[in-house]
Amino acid sequence: MKYAGLLVMPAGFFLSIAALVLFPDATQRAVFVVCGLAVEAMGLGVAVRGHMQSRGESSL
Amino acid sequence: MNAAPPSAMPDAVFALALALLLVAPLAIAGLALINTGLGRSRSTSQFLLGNLAIVAVTALVFAIVGSAFAGCLPGGAGHTFQLAGKPWNWLGEGPFLLGGFGSAPPQAQLGLLFQFLAVAMAALLPWGSGADRWRLAAGCSSAAVMSIFVFPLMAHWVWGGGWLAQLGVNFSLGAGFLDPGGAATVHVLGGFSALAVVWIAGPRRGKFPREGLSTAMPGHNAAYVLFGCFMALVGWLAWNAAGAILWLHAPLAALPVTAVNTLLSASAALAATFSVTRFRFGKADASLCANGWLAGLVASCACAALVSPGQSIFVGLVAGIATPLLVELFELALSIDDPSGAVTVHAAAGLWGLFAAGLFSSRPGQFVAQLVGIATLLGLLLPLVYLLFWLLNRFVPFRVDADGERIGMDLHELGGGAYPEFVIHRDESYR
Repeated sequence: MKYAGLLVMPAGFFLSIAALVLFPDATQRAVFVVCGLAVEAMGLGVAVRGHMQSRGESSL
Repeated sequence: MNAAPPSAMPDAVFALALALLLVAPLAIAGLALINTGLGRSRSTSQFLLGNLAIVAVTALVFAIVGSAFAGCLPGGAGHTFQLAGKPWNWLGEGPFLLGGFGSAPPQAQLGLLFQFLAVAMAALLPWGSGADRWRLAAGCSSAAVMSIFVFPLMAHWVWGGGWLAQLGVNFSLGAGFLDPGGAATVHVLGGFSALAVVWIAGPRRGKFPREGLSTAMPGHNAAYVLFGCFMALVGWLAWNAAGAILWLHAPLAALPVTAVNTLLSASAALAATFSVTRFRFGKADASLCANGWLAGLVASCACAALVSPGQSIFVGLVAGIATPLLVELFELALSIDDPSGAVTVHAAAGLWGLFAAGLFSSRPGQFVAQLVGIATLLGLLLPLVYLLFWLLNRFVPFRVDADGERIGMDLHELGGGAYPEFVIHRDESYR
């Protein structure tokens, strides 16, 4: 799951870049950049959850 | 670069910028002292030696290879591709081993010196987070990886005329992505590297027991931590002023405001953290207050040269309120064992500073430019650093063995401790 999260994050980055290229309108561009950030945040959340160790595992 | 550089740097400006850059390493020294105090006494020598070794490794590797990719010195236009009719300058091009450094324009020479300090600080941040369990060889190897490719990539994009700096020219987004003090290039990048190290190396043994709350592992010397904050302030004042001269081409008259904003941001952050910890725990917490102070300084890197004093206080207040809450969230809810708090202090506060620089800007499109920079750090550089460190861990294992962690990194890696006359108490967390 942690790797899935880390793979989703670049998708958000490319969404932000696509917004620059595809939308000349400032508002649309800003909205899509924010959407890209939201995707990155979701990916980060998944990666964090994937890395959360169970208490027992880490208390060896 | 974000604005057209002046044709020639006046001698007085050159001398001032050079003097500031000679003081700026105090920020690195202060940070090293803070992180040493936040670690355990049985790893002090190894930790401080690691700081020195990482500074040395980054200087050598960046001089030999990294500076060429960062495009610090004149020598090429950079590697560019065309997309949607716009040039995307993604990698610097320059001589290896600092060829032509002596004959480069003064501005370029100072820019290179700034980047030497910046890469050293960025590579130090994960070392603090991996304290008490991260092997010296692995720390130096990761510093080399950062100096060869990761830092030069971001430095070129932001400071070397790369695509982030050109967002203003190519897409009418303000003056392009602005980061005069290295909030992105140094602190967020270093903070994300710290997160990658914490994830890969795992928590210290006994930190998260099978049941109950996580084990408190307080720093061993609050005096180091708090004196380090003073040292860091001196270095940061010089650092932000030098960054304003080099990357914003700020006039000399703008430098006092930059310095005052740096101080105000740190002061507001300290006041906020002091209040929050006092409210939550009944008494103020010294180490969290130090973290709050640092978070204010880090946030100021992005915006001290760009905002008003009132806005700077606001930036510091938010950073100071968020710091203790995030430290608690990361440790208790997300099981992230980060002894130096680098993920909070450097990554989170740096991101907030970059955001605030866009929020308070009056230039059209500047806010979106800052968001694109943040998206690049989070969406591209964090996964990249994680991937590189994950691969590195296969060849140079990050984590010390259980016995080494039990006796302490000093005895295990150096054969002697920092405080040989002190009795080392048995750690009750090893049950």
